[in-house]
Amino acid sequence: MIKRNISRRGLMKGAAVAGVGLAAPQFFIRGAYAYTNEPKGGSVILGFNVPQTGAYADEGADELRAYQLAVEHLNGEGDGGMLNTFSSKALKGNGILGKKVEFVTGDTQTKSDAARASAKRMIEKDGAVMITGGSSSGVAIAVQGLCQDAGVIFMAGLTHSNDTTGKDKRANGFRHFFNTEMSGAALGPVLKNAYGTDRKAYHLTADYTWGWSQEGSIKKYTEQMGWETVAAVRTPLGAGDFSQYITPVLNSGADVLVLNHYGKDMVNSLTQAVQFGLRDKQVNGKDFAIIVPLYSRLMAQGAGENVKGILGSTNWHWSLQDEGSVAFVKSFGQKYGFPPSQAAHTCYCQALLYADAAERAGTFMPSEVGKALEGFTFDGLGNGPTEYRAADHQCFKDVLVVRGKENPTSNYDLLEVVEVTPRAQVEYPAEMLGGELGPYNNGA
Amino acid sequence: MDAILLQVLNGLDKGGAYALIALGLTLIFGTLGVVNFAHGALFMLGAFCAVTLKEILSWEMVTVDPTQQTAWGTPLEIRTPYIEAWFGDAGRFILDYSVPFSILFAIPIMLAIGIVMERGLIKHFYKRPHVEQILVTFGLAIVLQELVKSMFGANPIPQPAPDALSGSADIGALLGFAPNTVVYPYWRMVYLAFSGVVIAGVFAFLQFTTFGMVVRAGMADRETVGLLGIDIDRRFTIVFGLAAVVAGLAGVMYTPILSPDYHMGMDFLVLSFVVVVVGGMGSLGGAVSAGFMLGILQSFASMNEVKSIFPGIDQIIIYLIAVIILLVRPRGLMGRKGVMEG
Repeated sequence: MIKRNISRRGLMKGAAVAGVGLAAPQFFIRGAYAYTNEPKGGSVILGFNVPQTGAYADEGADELRAYQLAVEHLNGEGDGGMLNTFSSKALKGNGILGKKVEFVTGDTQTKSDAARASAKRMIEKDGAVMITGGSSSGVAIAVQGLCQDAGVIFMAGLTHSNDTTGKDKRANGFRHFFNTEMSGAALGPVLKNAYGTDRKAYHLTADYTWGWSQEGSIKKYTEQMGWETVAAVRTPLGAGDFSQYITPVLNSGADVLVLNHYGKDMVNSLTQAVQFGLRDKQVNGKDFAIIVPLYSRLMAQGAGENVKGILGSTNWHWSLQDEGSVAFVKSFGQKYGFPPSQAAHTCYCQALLYADAAERAGTFMPSEVGKALEGFTFDGLGNGPTEYRAADHQCFKDVLVVRGKENPTSNYDLLEVVEVTPRAQVEYPAEMLGGELGPYNNGA
Repeated sequence: MDAILLQVLNGLDKGGAYALIALGLTLIFGTLGVVNFAHGALFMLGAFCAVTLKEILSWEMVTVDPTQQTAWGTPLEIRTPYIEAWFGDAGRFILDYSVPFSILFAIPIMLAIGIVMERGLIKHFYKRPHVEQILVTFGLAIVLQELVKSMFGANPIPQPAPDALSGSADIGALLGFAPNTVVYPYWRMVYLAFSGVVIAGVFAFLQFTTFGMVVRAGMADRETVGLLGIDIDRRFTIVFGLAAVVAGLAGVMYTPILSPDYHMGMDFLVLSFVVVVVGGMGSLGGAVSAGFMLGILQSFASMNEVKSIFPGIDQIIIYLIAVIILLVRPRGLMGRKGVMEG
């Protein structure tokens, strides 16, 4: 008989080794996730990162309404909205890949650092497999970079700067909304018809990435058709009173004022330009014209009567009569009592497009979902035939040129569509805006 | 020349707003010794008095027209403001002139807000350091603006000037310039005249009434006035209310120039503080003259000719002046000797 002396120290060592051995399979199982936040249960979590506070809170609230509606429709509740008109029939109203869609929300505060922090929280703590939303190009570019690094898909919300799918594009990021290049290409011919080729333009431009991008595009297309740019003045973001920037326009010899402003800045600068009599002025023997390249219905509501007769471009408008738009307006209007904004529309579309791509790919793995989106052509989502271009993850579709209505019938009926610019006219080579998509990142 | 005239006019109305806010700020500092960072919020609350009155006047009678439908398939609702339905043209006139009528609405509200603010919070901080006063009033400003945001949303709410005053006057033609070169909106002229009247009213009140005399005496030597058996605290509470009314009225009348949103107070607060510092802390005349001076300078700095020589000068001109004043004359242009010195 062999007697073994087991010391306490030896016992502890043995227990520790056994513990590590037992824990090892768990450790390897954790590592066995194929991609970041791979859904294992009966549900999948999407992260809606929208401005709930700050200057764009109203846009954010409308985005969130649209996302909630999209989740209902994806889970087979409500009237189905644009799921009924969407050309792809992969989604069955039973969630995505049979998993019930759940969501978490974050507040971007329209600040890049806050938006990154809330997206990070939704990915790391809440297990979101996709992040979507936002109402600013600065925020979109920041969150897109974070999602690329974390290995989740980012479906951008309202972002209009060329850079989002230009020099700052990333493989994991996708944009349904149009951009400043498309606004310029769509507006150019309409401006030529409305105001002729002999015009002198004065630009007031919000002094940040989107403003520069918008000013560049409008200058490019108007100068091509013979307009002269008299001056392009940068104004600080949130200047409030723009009168000191507007008064120099009066004596500049310009007969067109281009307001490259958005949100609160656009509301104030347009209101003040009209107060200074610019809309009713005559210069060089012509009627003075004001142009707002990027319109939104929420902004038009802020500017009130001042938008009358003023031209601009928009991604979508609730008065469109195609099957998809009618279905979406009906669904949204019945739930909330008013029509959706363009921000709501693009976010609803992005949620559906992501879900559809995952369904077709048979997985939530970012690289596979991305491949399903690349080159995907679809219809029935309110913008006519659309393509997610593979080269830059930018959607190409018709662009709307709108004008402030002279006789609105309600608070929402402020813009009229004057032209639907065909996709071919706003398309440009992917390499024109620079940047590299790089490889997909699946994380984990 | 016409461009210079335009910028002077432009600076005057903006200066009017700065002067009105700074007047209240410096009045509070001079009497109570409190640095009130919630003063911008009072300007914003005044603007929202105009918004509130407009909303009350716009309460609508809803009738459903079953023969028509909305785009989302529900019966169309036809909305008519009660005031129009009940009073016809007179109702339409009141609705059109809702901003000037808001002055009457705002005075009692702002006075009450000012008194409650002073009695409820500020009085507990009289003997505390300025840093604590700044922290508590700044915190109050944030609370007030978040409250307004939760009630009215984050987007600007347009408050058009009355139709008769919404156009612009060709001042240049009157002065012999070419037509349409010096054009100035009627409402801005109204604002300029209004700020002049309010400033004159405040000065007259302080200069020619017994109440004003006691307040001025209290500003000069609070302790002695107290020893004479005068309840100076009660009078200073009313002064706080008066300053709130002045800021509120400045906000009411500014709404057709700048569509009000919850953040507008903060935008004006910082500039108004600079105005107070440049004019001299506690100096009423200094605040008014510095308000107009900085408004005009800011307008000039935005001229393209100036910016081509000094790029970005429009962003820093006010702060640059403040730095220079603090360096060479810390008490401000018209400040009392000893204040902010030594």
